[in-house]
This record gives sequence, C-alpha cells and structure tokens, in this order.
Amino acid sequence: MHSVSYLQYIPLFPLLGALLCAVLGPRLKPAAVGALATVMVGASFAVSVAAFFEVRSGHQALQTVLYTWNALGGLTVDVGFLFDQLSAVMALVVTGVSTLIHLYSIGYIAHDRSPWRFFSYLNLFVFSMALLILGNNLLVMFVGWEGVGLCSYLLIGFWYDGWMKEPGGQRGMANSVAGMKAFVVNRIGDFGFLLAIFLIVVTFLPKVADGRVLDFAVLRALMEGGIPSGIGLGIITTICLLLFVGATGKSAQLPLYVWLPDAMAGPTPVSALIHAATMVTAGVYMVARMSFFYIQSPTAQLVVAGVGAATALFAATIGLVQRDIKKVLAYSTVSQLGYMFIGVGMCAYSAGVFHLTTHAFFKALLFLGAGSVIHGMHEEQDIYRMGGLKKYMPLTYWTFLVATIAIAGIWPFAGFFSKDEILWQAFNYHNEVFPEAGRVIWAVGLTGALLTAFYMFRLVALTFWGPERFHEVLHGKHPHESPWTMTLPLTVLAVLSFGAGWLAMPHIWGPNLFHHWLEPAVAALPPVGGHHSGPGLEWGLMILSMGIAGLGIASAMGFYRQDAPLPTRMKAAFPGLYRVLYQKYYVDELYDTAVIRPLVSVSRGFLWKFFDVNVIDGTVNGLASAVRLCGMALRRLQTGLVHTYAYFIVLGALAFVFYVMMMLSKGL
Amino acid sequence: MSWLPELQHYVLLATALFFIGLIGVLTRRNAIVIFMSIELMLNAANLCFVAFSRYLGSPVGHLFSFMVMVVAACEVAVGLAIIVLIFRERRSVNVDDVNIMRW
Repeated sequence: MHSVSYLQYIPLFPLLGALLCAVLGPRLKPAAVGALATVMVGASFAVSVAAFFEVRSGHQALQTVLYTWNALGGLTVDVGFLFDQLSAVMALVVTGVSTLIHLYSIGYIAHDRSPWRFFSYLNLFVFSMALLILGNNLLVMFVGWEGVGLCSYLLIGFWYDGWMKEPGGQRGMANSVAGMKAFVVNRIGDFGFLLAIFLIVVTFLPKVADGRVLDFAVLRALMEGGIPSGIGLGIITTICLLLFVGATGKSAQLPLYVWLPDAMAGPTPVSALIHAATMVTAGVYMVARMSFFYIQSPTAQLVVAGVGAATALFAATIGLVQRDIKKVLAYSTVSQLGYMFIGVGMCAYSAGVFHLTTHAFFKALLFLGAGSVIHGMHEEQDIYRMGGLKKYMPLTYWTFLVATIAIAGIWPFAGFFSKDEILWQAFNYHNEVFPEAGRVIWAVGLTGALLTAFYMFRLVALTFWGPERFHEVLHGKHPHESPWTMTLPLTVLAVLSFGAGWLAMPHIWGPNLFHHWLEPAVAALPPVGGHHSGPGLEWGLMILSMGIAGLGIASAMGFYRQDAPLPTRMKAAFPGLYRVLYQKYYVDELYDTAVIRPLVSVSRGFLWKFFDVNVIDGTVNGLASAVRLCGMALRRLQTGLVHTYAYFIVLGALAFVFYVMMMLSKGL
Repeated sequence: MSWLPELQHYVLLATALFFIGLIGVLTRRNAIVIFMSIELMLNAANLCFVAFSRYLGSPVGHLFSFMVMVVAACEVAVGLAIIVLIFRERRSVNVDDVNIMRW
C-alpha cells in the first residue's frame, strides 16, 4: 500500500462543482453552468487516470488518509481513500461516463427552468459515488452509499411538479412519488447494509489492535487465511447476506427492484448515469469489494448468484412487452444487473465487474440514445408511436444499434465478451451446498440472453425501423437529430461499446487483461480439481450463446419488421400472459396490498390515531394541565395586598432565625 | 458616680424599637405610617451597630450605621415619590386600596 496525497481530489472536484453550481448557477447561462459541471467531473476523471497509471506502474494500491473521523469505544474510523485495481476500474468508469453524460446534459437540459439545480445534483452525485468507490473503509463507503441514494431521489423528482406519462397517454405516477419510492425502497436495503456493518464491528473488533476494524485492508488481512478462529461460518454467512440485502436495494435485484423502473421519471441523462451506468452497480462493486467474505460462504454465493439469475430472467420477461422506451431499458438494466450478480455471486469477480464496465458503456449509450429519440420526438416515449426514425436521426440510430448488438451479445461487441465470460464461469461453477447450481444458473442465464436479444431488437425495430407512426403525435412536425453535445458522447460510447470487450478475451483466445488487472484486488476461490472443461467445450458454449442471441434477434426482426400482424396475434392468443407481463407480474400491486397498505393502516390507525394522539400528545398535554392546575391553586397567594406580603416576609425571617438558632445550638 | 448603660440595655432598647416598628408595619394601613415604622426598624438596627461597635472597640459598626442612613435616605426619596404618585392617582394613601397587582 503506497501513500499518496491526491486521491481526495477525485471526490472534491465534483463537490466543489456542486457548490459552485448551486451558488453561482442561477446567475450564469445554462451552457456555462453545464460547462462548469462538466469540467469539474472531467478534472476528477483526469486525477483518476493519473492514479490509474501510478497503480499500473507501481503494482500496488494507493491510499490517502485525510484525518481520523472518529475514535469511539475502541473503534477508529478514518476518512481515507483507497485506490486499488478494483477502485481504479470503478473510478475510471464512473468519472469517465459521468463526464460524457454531463456533456450530453448541456444540450438536453438547456431549456429547463433550473439547469443549475440539475448540474448541482449531478455533481453531488458524482461526489457521493466517488466516496462510495474510493472509501477505504465501510463507513466512508456507507456515506457515499447514502449520498447516491439521496441524489437519486433528488434527480428522480427533479421535475417535482410533473407526472409520468403512461403509454396510452394518461397520467401515471407523480415524479415526486417515484422519487420517494426509490428512496424508501433503498432505505430498506440500506438497513441491511447497516446491520452488516454493526455485525462486522461486533464480531471483529476484539481481533483488531488499533480499532480500524472497518478498513477493507484490515478486514481482508484478517480473512486472509480463512475464517479466524472463534468466529463461526454462520456469522460470516449472515454478514454476507445482510450486505447483499443492501446490494439488492441499491442494485435493484429481486425483491427490491421495484423502484428502478419508476426511477425513469427523472430526466434521461439521470437514467443513463445513475439508474443504468453507475449507482445501480454499487451493489456489484460492494460484493466484489467484500469478496474475502463471500469466498468463505457457499450459501451466500448461492443466494447472490441465485437471486441474480432469477432477476435476470424475471426482468427480461417484463421487458418483452413494455411500450415505454425507457421502461424497456429499465427492465433491461435490472436484468443485466442480475448477470453481474451471477458473476460476483459465483466468485468470478473479474467477470462480474467486467460486465459492469461494458454495461456502463452500452447501457449509458442506450439511455442517451433514448434521450436523443425522446428529445427529437418532442417528449414522446411510447415506441408504438415511433417507427422509421432511422431516416431522421441517423447518428442516434447507428450508435443505438451498436449498443443493442453489444447488449445482445454478438461477437465482437463488448457485451459478448462480458456476458459469455459470466455464462462460462457459471457453467464451471461448483458449489458445495448445491452442486448443480452452476448449470441451472447457466441455463437461466442463457434463456435470459435469448430474451435480451429479442426485446432489444424489438425496441430497435419499433423505434427506428418500419412505418412511421408518429404523425398523429407530432402534428406534422418532424423528428430531428440532436446537437453535437448530445451526439458526441453517443459516438464515444459507441466506440467503447464496440471495442471494450477485447480487454477480457476468453482464455482460449488470448490474455484476459481485465482479469489479471483485477486479480490483486479481489479474493479468489481455491481452484477445484478435476473440474476444468476443455477448450472444445468452451468453443461449443460460445457458439451456442451466439446462436441463442442470433435466434432472439432473428425472431424479433421477423416479429416486428414490417409491422407484421404476428405480435398482435400473439397478444390475442395469450391475452392472460400478455397482461401479466405488461402489468409487470402485478408485483407493485402485490407490494401495495401486502406491505404498503397494512403499514399505512397500522401507522394511521394505531401509531397516529392511538399512540401519537393518546400516549405522546397525552403525556405532553397532561404535563401541561398538571402545571396549570398547580398554578390555579397557588395564585390565590398573590393577594396584591402589601400586608400579606409583609406577613410572609416576617414569617420567612422568623423561620430563618429559628433555623439559625437550631443550627447554632446543635453545633455548640 | 452616675449609672452608665451596659451593652444589654442598648440591645434591649433596639429590640423594643424593632418590634414596635414591625408591629407598626403589619398593622397600620396608612402608607406614611408604615414608612415611619420602617424607619424605626432601621434605626433599631443602627443602634445595635453603634452599640456593638463601641463594645468591641471597632469602627466598622459606625461605618455600617452611616451606610444604613444613606440607604434609608434614598429609600425615603423613592418611597415618598411613589406614595405621592399613588395619592395623586387614588386620593388616598391607604395601602388596602392599592391591590391591583394580584391574580
């Protein structure tokens, strides 16, 4: 571990930017505010790049400890930053993609009421995210964790007086309600994270001399040779599962994914940055960061990978039938996050984090492309009212297509390498608790890949191909291509979505640079003997998954190409299935009935109407009336007559004299 | 050789003066008379001071008696002003008539 003195600038630049935007922003032109915010994030990216090269040349992690935050009861917590190989990947992705999205936002938000508020929140988000990924201990990470949740809430409800539009045109959920939903669901997850931190402190504090029990380096050193004596596997599993509860909230996994689709109420750059590329991957990062715990517990691995696989499939099926362009992408995000959890759940940390990286590129690109489409379509989001946009928005179309091919997993685009690596790792994964888990998850993942290819090409077909269906909503106006500040980020991201895959080649082709890079930062499972499959199998699986993706693409193109009657016929043939999918399995309704309504009625009926009114208010009011009664009785003494007071003075004086005499006689 | 009073005589006299003043304060209704009674009590205290000062051969008691006189003079100045104002207001200096400062 090498100490350097500049890591704090990665979070500090965006923080400064947020303050400047908030204070000076209202007096500046929108473009100037945007430029200021973009430059601040760009500076942070530059520092990250410098740190990256120092890590690369020095082959060791960097650390900056600013000061001791608190030292209480034997527990010491520093404000410190750690820049190891894992943080390096995250920092480059986060600040790099953020810079592009800030640049894009300048054009997107130019005509808004308060662009400075937008950029201030956006910079604040980058600050929090940098804290999250660079914190050298769990508590600093937790501060960032909460900070990104707050920024997510602020930005989902950015247009606080607006409503989401349902595809039919009617009014949906209010943006501010969507924000609250995200915040509350995240808080449920955060509670698990917090409990995990407490459990770590309680369990490991006796084993640490200087009290820095929450430092990743200290914890990792403790877990180096397996679980320390005196600590059961059960405790480790509990810690892992509680941490994972936090991850399911932040990274939108079953059962806490419900907030993410509604988070699409926010401006589209926000969806791209926070709800696709960076914040939602925090859970994946956290599991990778705590890898030294997860490799000890097969049960926790099974839960993480299983939940990931279930989410990947579940969300993909919902994505098949959605009509709102951003909703499709939102469910796609949930599904892809599921793949990342399959990866990190099976201890294939480099595979999971690599998918995180490529996904950040292509999903940011997809969202920015969707934003460009919505911008060009004058705020229309229903893909059934688009079609034929290829002609009007060529650059958006081609970059969108690149991202779509990447997410579908077609060689040689980035998504192929990352997704296939995860599926390959799943195929080879061995779990002691449930030996067949790897194959089951592999099969689920492959099905998910088929659905992914299908729904993404459905989206492209309905948006960019086929007949033009937008005339009734645009009233004679034409869709238009977006300005260069919006298309430049699209192009850069398209290049990354295309080329980033070569960083992690399958090992039968060449070196997996990404895996080697990440190796020092994450723990690894001991190799299982007699389980490794040959290159022939790997080739076979690769071709199989390509074939599956091709099948998905072909069927989507057949279904949706020339406005074929097939989708309508399918809908008519399975109306029940269609409705269940379109209504997202009624999960929101289920939560509403099972959790929210009981909670609200208990809060209202018991906590408010009974407990608050009777017990709390009763105590306060009771005290007040007791005081009042005493006052009523005692005020009779105030006669207003001088004589009464004189009598009391004399009585008091006599009592005092009497008392002094008593004391004196006792003393003498 | 004539009779000279001892300390206890002064103290007895002072006590008597003090209680006369006290009873005057408690029983009379006229503010002026109450004032005079208070002066009696103050002078009882002064007498004690001077007597003890002489008895102990220390000048401190004398100093205190001057102090008390100064305070008493101030008090009379303020108190009489109040009484004059009350009289202008109510055409009476009977303290039982002044009872608006109550519940």
